[in-house]
Formats: sequence, structure tokens, C-alpha cells
Amino acid sequence: MTALKLVDVHKNFGSSRIINGVNLDVPKGERHAIIGPNGAGKSTLFNLISGFYQVSRGYIELNGHAITDLPPHRINRRGLSRSFQVTNIFPKMTVFENVRSALLWPMGYRYSFWHMCDRLKKVNRKTEEILEKINLADRRHIPAAMLAYAEQRALEIGITIAGDTDVILLDEPTAGMSKSETARAVELIRNVTEGKTLLIVEHDMSVVFDLADRISVLVYGKVVATDLPDNIRQNAQVQEAYLGKEVA
Amino acid sequence: MLEYVLFSLLNSLVLGMLLFMLSSGLTLIFSMMGVLNFAHASFYMLGAYFGYQISTWVGFWPALVIAPLLVGGLGALVERYGLRSLHKYGHVAELLFTVGLFYIIEESVNLIWGRNAVMYPIPTILDFPVFKLLGADVSAYRMFMLLISMAMFVGLYLVLTRTRIGLIIQAALTHPEGVNALGHNVPAVFMLVFGGGSALAGLAGVIGGIFLITEPAMAATLGPIVFVVIVVGGMGSLTGAFVASLLLAAIQTFAVGIEYSLTDLLALFGWQVDTSGFFRDIWRIQLSHTGPILPYLFMVLMLMFRPKGLMGKRES
Amino acid sequence: MKHYLKQFGIWFAAVIVCIVLPLVFNSGFSRSMLSQMGIAVIFALSYNMMLGQGGMLSFGHAVYYGLGGFLAMHALNWVGDGWPLPLELVPLMGGLGGVVAGLVFGWLSTDRAGTTFALISLGIGELIAASALMLPSFFGGEEGVSANRMVDTTLTSFRFGQQIEVYYLIVAWMLVCIALMYLQTKTPLGRVANAVRDNPERAAFIGYNARVVRTLQFTLAAFFAGIAGGLFAINYEIINAETVGAIPSGNVLMMTYIGGVGHFFGPILGAVLVTLMQLTLAGITHAWLLYFGLLFVGMILWAPGGLAGLIMMHEPVWKAGLMSRLLRAYAIIAVPALVLFLGLMTLIEINYHLSLSVNPDEPMSLFGISFRAQSPAAWLVSLGLIGIGFFFFRKAQRVVRRSWNEVAQQMKGAAIQ
Repeated sequence: MTALKLVDVHKNFGSSRIINGVNLDVPKGERHAIIGPNGAGKSTLFNLISGFYQVSRGYIELNGHAITDLPPHRINRRGLSRSFQVTNIFPKMTVFENVRSALLWPMGYRYSFWHMCDRLKKVNRKTEEILEKINLADRRHIPAAMLAYAEQRALEIGITIAGDTDVILLDEPTAGMSKSETARAVELIRNVTEGKTLLIVEHDMSVVFDLADRISVLVYGKVVATDLPDNIRQNAQVQEAYLGKEVA
Repeated sequence: MLEYVLFSLLNSLVLGMLLFMLSSGLTLIFSMMGVLNFAHASFYMLGAYFGYQISTWVGFWPALVIAPLLVGGLGALVERYGLRSLHKYGHVAELLFTVGLFYIIEESVNLIWGRNAVMYPIPTILDFPVFKLLGADVSAYRMFMLLISMAMFVGLYLVLTRTRIGLIIQAALTHPEGVNALGHNVPAVFMLVFGGGSALAGLAGVIGGIFLITEPAMAATLGPIVFVVIVVGGMGSLTGAFVASLLLAAIQTFAVGIEYSLTDLLALFGWQVDTSGFFRDIWRIQLSHTGPILPYLFMVLMLMFRPKGLMGKRES
Repeated sequence: MKHYLKQFGIWFAAVIVCIVLPLVFNSGFSRSMLSQMGIAVIFALSYNMMLGQGGMLSFGHAVYYGLGGFLAMHALNWVGDGWPLPLELVPLMGGLGGVVAGLVFGWLSTDRAGTTFALISLGIGELIAASALMLPSFFGGEEGVSANRMVDTTLTSFRFGQQIEVYYLIVAWMLVCIALMYLQTKTPLGRVANAVRDNPERAAFIGYNARVVRTLQFTLAAFFAGIAGGLFAINYEIINAETVGAIPSGNVLMMTYIGGVGHFFGPILGAVLVTLMQLTLAGITHAWLLYFGLLFVGMILWAPGGLAGLIMMHEPVWKAGLMSRLLRAYAIIAVPALVLFLGLMTLIEINYHLSLSVNPDEPMSLFGISFRAQSPAAWLVSLGLIGIGFFFFRKAQRVVRRSWNEVAQQMKGAAIQ
């Protein structure tokens, strides 16, 4: 069954056509990567799926339900979460608080002003579990703004998966990381997306080929190819898009 | 009736242009720098007081030139030594700074000129009826005010569209980072715009202080209305500010003369209303008494139904 | 265990201090001032629920304070006519007024944040203040609404005729409100309000509708502001349209900001200090509002964390035992600061005397020295003080900066070891 479906999605900003008819079909449990040259519209696509932008044309479905015009928080509640390309955590809160805040809604506490967060045993236990997974358990009392860059990216992933949503969007999670940091991040991603549907935008090809079940190539707002990694590697159109035409 | 309408129209026009003079400076500053200058009306007040003081020393015409320049200079200094160091803390800090500035300017005016209104009269050269409209006099001073505000409007338009600095300002209105990257000295442009906007407010003060009243409370009474203008017109839109200024001036001017209440309106349709219940006050208020709240009511309604304002492009 | 002891210890000490204060400062003026401080503390803390925690800058918070006060005043009259509500619980009616208004206006305002929100709050504030004179049945017209607080229906045996009894009522409510507001910061709503303040985009992606969060935080803040308003009604037994207007709104903003928005106890400090200054300074000099404005702007430019921020900045230094170094530098800068301040003050007072007094020729007195305001000597002295003070202040600033650098180095060194 399809977890995420995009049908003929267009997005214009004034007269600039950024997304020009994207069709995408991501089945449940698949790890799907989106690659493409800079400016192809990958972040815009994520913003469209997650509700930050309105589509100019077309529609988007999550687990069979239309989410095209829903606001971000509703889309999140229906089971889609995302990370951001530019680190988007809560800088003044501690690492622990950052993760815990992502658990409050999913665990049913909503807008409560009569529960004491420190006394919610289940929530605090789950927070500890996630901190262990992202390897930040011993940094739990540090304000998030003071973490090292790679740690912040790990925290970002932690917040994203905390809610246990079925569909996860990761926007360039390993951007700016060293080789060893990247390897660790890939392991983390593989771990936490076990059994979930993952849509990942990445520039780092080793990550893409390591993680992805299928790859879509986005060029100038259109998907020029969707296929298994090996086929994409050999696809002439893709090579042309990345490397340009050969000089005669 | 016709007399009422025509005179109200004329008054609305004059008041509206004055409001526009004030709000255009504020809009420019807000659009460019994202800073809402809470003390903008205070600069208007300073323009009036400087104008008054200089008039008593050397006459009205030098005051017309010198006072706005002084206010503009003050504005530039405020930007350079106050606001600039606050950019890094965000817009809330900048806004709060201008709130503090509002208090300081108000108290300083109290300090220097006293708490009562000062006699800032129409200059004798302009104190004559220039023509008769339906049998009543129209003073030359109002024509003069219209003239100055039109000249300002045209001047502003020309500067923004024809000069190099104007183009830079327009660009920085929507893409300040891009303008910086192109190598223009954005801080200097900021200082220029803040000083310029304040000078406009000062100019409005020099001529408005004669038309309305010159007293220490004038910033507090006019200030909120200017904010209503830019919210209703749309934050960041000069045309919006223009339209909204005229609109709000018209609403206030016309309402003052209408002595009917909701009860009267409903009676027109043949409905009798029981005016003794809990809401009896609301039924009985005459429109002419609602003057003070109309702008705010308008603003709240606008924010509820069309938050971008009439022509807004940019939100905070 | 020790942590609990420390926390309860502070509460216990605070309660004792509150009980003892009016017995130590037992003049009518002091007790009245203490009562006002109690009300201001609740009002300022409620304001910080919006500003410090929720990131919402409001220019019209007095609307909920005042509307709560008016409702409580009417309730007080009803109680006087036989309504079965004990006087001690009348502030709850104030809270009710705050909640209803907060819910309505909160929902209207919270679609936007930042500057637009501030403007909406200004508009609503002006709207209500202007309406007050047009709806005399609720707002009582120019004279306002009044009531008698010495009613028959009370929980305790107090008659509340004396100021000290009213003070204890205020303080009891104050302590309850402080506790409730503090606990609220630790609830899910409180935490998510912080999240929405810092990063509304991200907050949407942990499942929260930013507008609902802000509206709820707003409404709770309005509730406590209403309670403060209710206590105002009981304290003064008269309330008028000014109480919903720009002056108390501006006041609470200043109190909260000067106290410090980044720490829970900041507004408490600010409320106490500003009330103290307002009541004592206003009697001494006409220029107190100007001093206020200067203090406010000074804090924004140089101490944006407020007093609480300044104090907490020294916490790690205190813990490392290095305070004495800083204290020395502070002592050095205190002298030119004082001189500079004296010079400014003299200049301001001279000008006030010249422009506001009935007979400016009459000599004025400052610190017991009598002199004529127009004398050139007076001007020279004040300008001289300003000049000298400023010059040495700049020099002393370097000493303070150096001290801080040394202390920071020492602490970093200790941390590495």
C-alpha cells in the first residue's frame, strides 16, 4: 500500500515555476531517496509535502488520505514528521527537553496545564530511550544551542523520530558532516527507520546508495527517473543532469 | 447636507494627507528594517515643537526647513547609537527600545516646554480665506498643507523610483541580504532611511502642529492612529498607507457629524429595540461619539478578516 | 532530598518575610505600598507568562487587569447586596473576567506573532479604553465604579477595614498565584509555549498548533491578570477607565522588562523595585518618569536580561568563589557612575525647576544645598560632573572588562582541570 503519493504536483512562486509536475509513489516501508542538482527544488518539495507551502496544482496523499491543504501540525498528527535542512531545534531548551517536547502530543498530553512534565514516568522513560539511540544521553542537560554541529543534527533526527510516525522525511541529514560522523548518522538513520517509510533528500551519494531502496532524480522541478539504485547509476539522463553534456 | 459632505471631504483630505506624511515615514522604516518605530509620533511632536520654537526666533519659513532637518538628524543619531546595537537581539528588542524612546521624548518635551499646549499659530501670510465654497471660507493654510503633502508625496515617489539610492532602498525593501551582498553599505542606508523617515514625521509636525494642537500629549494621541493606518493599509505598502490614511481620516471626519445611533438606524427599518437591558449603552451610542474607537475597531476587524491589510506585501 | 529542602526553604523564608514586612514597616504609607507591590507582582508575573514564556509582546495587558477589576468591583457590590460569595474569593471573579476577555481577544490576536501581535494588542487596548467612556453601565463613566469592601460575607473573621488586613489577603493570593504560575512553567503547555516562542515551525512538527498554544497561554495569563485586577478593586474600592488603559499596560511592560524576562523571578524583582521607585520618587522629583524612561532604555541597551539576568550572570562566578575580583572592579566603577548620575540628575532637576515651577527665580534645593536654577555656577557644576563622570566611567569600564576576562579564564581553566 502506498504511504506517500504525489500526483502532478506543481508549485509556482509568482512567475517562477519551481516544481513542474512531480509524480511520486512511495510504498509503505520503503526507503526512498531524492537526489538532484542544486536548485532542482528538493527542499521546496519537502515543504509542499509537509504543508509549509500550498501546491499550485496537483494533490498529495498520505496513507490514502489527502493532505494537500492541511496545515503542518495536522499533517504531523496524521503520521508524517520531518527534519530540516538548516538545523531546527529548540536552542534554549536542554537536549532532554528537546526530545521530551516531541513526545508530549503523541503520548496524549496535548495542551495540558495540569500535569507536571517531570512526573510523567512513561514520557521520561521514552525520552531516555531516544537519547540513548541518538547517543546524546550524557549531554542531556546541555542547552541545545551549545552542542557541536553533528550532535545538533543527531538531536534533530531524534526529535523527528520521537513521535514514532510512520512516514519520515529527512532533509539532508548529513550535510556538513565528516566521513566518520556521516557513517554514524547513516547507522542511526537505518536504525530508527526500521519498518518505517523514509523519504530522504541527500547530496552525499555514498549515503544514498547505502540506504535507499529506490531513488528518484529531480531536475528543474521534474522527476526524470525513479528506479533501483544500480539502474540510476547507469542512467544516461541522470549522468547528463549531474555532469552536463560532454564538450564536443 | 451638501455643505456638510463637501467640507468633510476637504477636511478628510487635509487630515488624510497629514496622516500619510506620518505613516509613509513609518512604512519605509518598517519595510526596510523590520523595525516598528513606536516613537515615530514622538518625532512628529518634536517637529511641531522645534517648528514652534524656531518660528518664534526667526519665523515660520526657516522653521519649515530647519525643524525637519533637526528631527531627521536626531533620528539618524538614534539609529546609529541606539538601534544599531540592538539588531542582533531581534525586532522585539528594537521595538522596546523605541518604546523607551517614546517615554524619554515625551518627558523631555514636558521638561523643556511645559505640560500645557503652546501657542503655535497659523503664520499671518497664510491666514486668509483663499476662496469660498458654498458660502463658507476655505483658509489658505489648508491649501498650503495640501500643497506641502502633495509635494512630499511626489518627491518621495521620485526619489524612490528615479534615484540610485531610491532603487537601493526599494531593493532592500524586499531583499536586504541581497543588497548587502552586492556591496552596498546597508547600515548607512538604514541610517539614511531612519533619518529620512523621521524627517518626514518632523515635517508633518511643523505644519500639523499649527493645524491640530501642539501639546506634550500629541504623540500619544496621534501615535496609535498611525499604527492603525499602516496595519489597515498593509505593513510595508506605501500605496496602502496612502489609501488607508485617506480612508481613516474620512471615517473620523464624517462620523463626528452624524448624530444617529444604532437605535435610530434600526428604527429606519421599523424595528423597535428595548434599550434598557444590559447592552443598553451599545444601542444608544451616537455615531458622533464613537470617534475615538472607530479607527481601532476598523483595525481589529481588518486584522480578523484580512490580516495582510488592504495592500500588504510583507508581514513581520 | 537536599534539593527539596532548598526549594521549600526559599518558599518558607519568603512566606515569613511577607508576613513580617508590614509589622516592621508599619506606617500607613508603607503598608499601602506593600499592598501595591503584592498586586504588581501578580500582574507582572502574568505578563511574563506571555512575554518571557510565550514570546508575545503585548501593549494592552491592562485590558484583562482592568476588566477583571471592573467585574470584581461589580461582584463586590453584589456581595454587599447579599450575594453569597465571601470577600476573600472575590478576586476569582476578577480572574473570570480576565479569562473571558483573554479567550476572545487572545484568539483574535494570536494568528500572528512578533510586531503584528504587539500592534493588535495596542489596538485592542485602545479600543477597550476608548469604549470604557461609552459604556457607562459597566464602566461607570468618568467617575468609574466603586464598592465597599467591608461586607458581611467573609471566610475568615477579618473585617478588612484596615490596610494591613487587605495586605494579608493580597499576599495570600500572591503566594498562591506565584506557586501556580511557577508550576505552570513545568507543564506540557508551559514547555510547548517555550517551544512555540523559539521555533513555531518546529513546534508544528511535534504536533502542536501554534495558535492554540498561544491562545491558551494568553488566556491563562489573562486569568492571573484578572486576579490582580480583582485585588486592585478590593484594595482601592474604586476603579475607573484608566485601569484598562495605556498607563498600566506600559507600566507592567516596564516592570517585567526591568526585572528580567528570562527568569521566573525577574518580574517579581521588577514589580517590587518599580513600585518602590514610583511611589517614593514621585514624591521627590517631578522628573521621575524621565528617569524611568532612561533606566528602561539603559537596560535594553546594556542589560537586556534585566535585573534577574544581571544577577544570574554572576551565579557561576559565585559558585567558583571568584566574586571578590569582580566586586573590586565594581567598586571602582561605582564612583564615576555616581558622579555621572549626580551630574545628570542636577541638570534634569534644574530644568524641571526652570520650566515647571511657579516662580523659576526662586532658589531650589538639592541635597540640602540651596541655589538659583539660572545661576551659571549650577549649570557649570552639573555639566562638569557629567563630563568628569563620563570620562572616568569609560576608564573604569576597561577595569571591569578586564576583571571579567580574568574570571572567565580562571573558570575555564578550572573546568578543564
